[in-house]
Amino acid sequence: MLPSPSSPSPARWFRTLRRTKSTEQSSKLSLSVCTELLRKSREALASGRTLREEFRLSQLEALVRMLVENEDEFVDVLHKDLHKPRFETVLSELILVKNEALFAVNNLKKWMNPEYVARSLVTSLDECFVVSEPLGVVLIIGSWSSPVQLNLVPLVGAVAAGNCVILKPSEISSHTTELLQRLIPSYLDTECYHVISGGPSDLTDLLELKFDHIFYTGSRATGQQVMQAAARSLTPVTLVLGGKNPCYVDRECDVGIAAQRIAWARFHNAGQSDVAPDFVLCHTDVQARLILALRSCLLQFYGPEPRHSASFGRLVNAELFTHVRDLVLASGKVAVGGEMDEAEKYIAPTVLTDVLESDPAMQQEIRGPVLPIMTVYSADEAINYIRRKEKPLCLYVFSSDRKVISNMMTCTSSGSFCANDSVLQSMMVVLPFGGVGASGMGSYHGRCSFNTFSHRKSCVLRNTRVECVTYLRYPPYEDRSLSLMMWASSLSRRSQAWCQIL
Amino acid sequence: MSDYGAIVQKLRDSFGTRKTRPAEFRISQLNSIVTLLRENEGPIVEALERDLRKPKFETMISEISMAINEANYAINHLASWMKPEHVEKSLVMKFDECFIRKEPLGVVLIIGAWNYPVQLVLVPLIGAIAAGNCAVVKPSELSDSTSSLLTELLPKYLDQSCFSVVCGGAKETTELLEQRFDHIFYTGGVSVARSVMRAASCHLTPVTLELGGKSPALVEGSCDVTATARRLVWARFFNAGQSCVAPDYVLCSPETRRLLLPALRDCITQLYGTEPRESRDFGRIINQRHFERIRDLLSNSQGRVEIGGETEEGERYIAPTVLVDVSESDPVMQEEIFGPVLPILTVESLEEAINFINRREKPLALYLYTGDSKVVTKVMECTSSGGFCSNDGLVHMTVITLPFGGVGSSGVGRYHGRFSFDTFSHQRSCVLRGFGLEWANQLRYPPYSEQKLERLLQATQERKWSCTLL
Repeated sequence: MLPSPSSPSPARWFRTLRRTKSTEQSSKLSLSVCTELLRKSREALASGRTLREEFRLSQLEALVRMLVENEDEFVDVLHKDLHKPRFETVLSELILVKNEALFAVNNLKKWMNPEYVARSLVTSLDECFVVSEPLGVVLIIGSWSSPVQLNLVPLVGAVAAGNCVILKPSEISSHTTELLQRLIPSYLDTECYHVISGGPSDLTDLLELKFDHIFYTGSRATGQQVMQAAARSLTPVTLVLGGKNPCYVDRECDVGIAAQRIAWARFHNAGQSDVAPDFVLCHTDVQARLILALRSCLLQFYGPEPRHSASFGRLVNAELFTHVRDLVLASGKVAVGGEMDEAEKYIAPTVLTDVLESDPAMQQEIRGPVLPIMTVYSADEAINYIRRKEKPLCLYVFSSDRKVISNMMTCTSSGSFCANDSVLQSMMVVLPFGGVGASGMGSYHGRCSFNTFSHRKSCVLRNTRVECVTYLRYPPYEDRSLSLMMWASSLSRRSQAWCQIL
Repeated sequence: MSDYGAIVQKLRDSFGTRKTRPAEFRISQLNSIVTLLRENEGPIVEALERDLRKPKFETMISEISMAINEANYAINHLASWMKPEHVEKSLVMKFDECFIRKEPLGVVLIIGAWNYPVQLVLVPLIGAIAAGNCAVVKPSELSDSTSSLLTELLPKYLDQSCFSVVCGGAKETTELLEQRFDHIFYTGGVSVARSVMRAASCHLTPVTLELGGKSPALVEGSCDVTATARRLVWARFFNAGQSCVAPDYVLCSPETRRLLLPALRDCITQLYGTEPRESRDFGRIINQRHFERIRDLLSNSQGRVEIGGETEEGERYIAPTVLVDVSESDPVMQEEIFGPVLPILTVESLEEAINFINRREKPLALYLYTGDSKVVTKVMECTSSGGFCSNDGLVHMTVITLPFGGVGSSGVGRYHGRFSFDTFSHQRSCVLRGFGLEWANQLRYPPYSEQKLERLLQATQERKWSCTLL
């Protein structure tokens, strides 16, 4: 006789219900859920708790604990999403965020203090300063390529600046997003900070709501969509957008070292990086040597079969695999690598040569472990090529000739610039990181993040004692008073002091 | 109809020749602006008198002098602003150069407003020039005389291959906004600002929007009533109330109101005489549409005219007016007044005043009149606004070392002084390395190992209360 099924216990029923609810929430973003979270955040903001330094410090420290205590889980989900090696996860995801959080903790008091400004003679009796205030409830939309870093580094800035946050990691790096959704409520204040997930169509709905700042990392097309939506409510935006980052390799250059540094930057995370060099403009004199050096580098990094290397990643999904594969097949010639496996979403570290400007690999952002090399005959030709295109997020040059570096730097524009290495400028907490032109607007990292998520309010505290001077400004206006005021107000070219009597 | 595409292309080509980069060029253009203002003081005063019946005194201090000061300030500081900013380096980066370069954006668009037509065009232009950009300037068509004058003068004084003036109204502005710029600087109202930002989003162009709103003035019981009244009157009725940072309405207790009203009445008389219409020191409304708008606000108000209230259509004159018994739902509380009308709303406590302010959109300015520094701190910390000023009005925007801008629906971005230069610049992070020390880099290369990771972590982790090593 079969045992009768046990009657459903209330505890079990509740557990099932909770699991179902959280699955529902993680698989579909509903507008009503977001509206509710926004309302909750605004209430939490109104309570004033995020204004306090101790609160912000406690949240930042909790974030650090979250990363430290769950390191293995993070390594695991990033491996599931991107086949990211533990080494890369720890360094470029976890430590980076930890460093930002600790930098904020170490400097928060200073950042929160009012900044007194130089005063004129007349305002010397007043207090003139700038004080930083939170903007309110901010929306952070992170990208998938470095999902921890790209979501949590802006979060650090938003928290440090005293805002409430709605964080939307990408649905593409789904395991990491799920982990963030599970962990963040356990470490951070659940009224102030919320994690949501959803697909591209959900973004349109989300952007209907009114936030006090929107921080977006991702593609240009979506960046435009975000800004257009933000225009409705005049919401300020920070957009960090991808594109093609050029890398010029000059004939005066240590080719071996250049190859190592370029290969490291291009092929880490299987090429899925906003900041890696996207293509090389190589001086014809060193091209052959560069390719040899790259080949030898790649052998050294990943062995004869990169597919078996524990140090090499995979493409995040089938769609990206197809995109990169098609670019390779339609552009130039494979000089190194070229092997692919669709089932594994594996593309070997690949170098393309004989690439033309019109090739797909030179027209579209690659986002994979493929490095096209286009020949140029001079540094000037490289500069002209770069200037014909949209301003990139990052620009790189490898040369031992200071004049070449200086020319490249002064004759072009880009979000950031690095000579004789790459990616590093985007990892330094003391340098602002962001785009310009089509690669974005606004910047973050370190104090820049704090400023991005703050309103810097100008304050003048006067008293009534200055009436002895300000009386000049009142009607009935007299030419005599005007002359006196103009004389006192005018800034002389010789003097640095400035005096405005008002 | 001029071809805006051709104008922008011409400027882009000029920008491409790098002629705006050297400091000498920028300083020469800034000098030219100073010369323009000094040599044309008379025509500028006359133009503003025709547009707004602006008294010469106001034109001199709030238009000409302000712009000259900004230009001279930029000239004096340009060298230090243009210098790359070196940053604190970690131990690992010791042999590298790490700095932030200030680069011009390219071709920028400046859309001015009509209430301070010289200042609101020239001060942003000064920032754009100082930062090394080319610019298209579009003065407001409403301040017709001044805009025509600027259209005539600017090309005479500035390099015409780098700076252009475009005239026109809504239609022309819309067409202009179809062009691609590297930054758009707009001063004006919220609804046009939305169109500007929407148009900008098509090209991913960053924007600075200097908007307005209803700037509250809290008058607290411990204030010096006479001084408060004088400063309120000055700030509210300067330029006949047409200032984006003028106090738009007053919040005070019934007792304070009782003391304030006679003081306001006295001050208005002291400043503008018993018949302000005859005072040469009081301006007029810019045009018929705005005149009718403000007059309708007055007539539809459920409040009571306590002081003033007279209007004269032919002159577009509205007397300095104080309204009382105004409630939150009154029509006069639903839009920015932008005219010489000051409603007074009563509240029972400071908390009520703060809650009232926080229920509404963040204003461009917030004013507080009080003798108690604790009240100053409380209001300043419990509210948000573009700028804050206690015991005066308007002046915070004249301190050149303070950034000026809004927050929320009062605007995006900021300018004045150094902040104008920053607004029109791109701060580009640069790291210059050599080929040495490759042995140090070996740690970061594959094949990865736990050992390498450990050693790298030791070198690069930020610790609480210690220096940065990466």
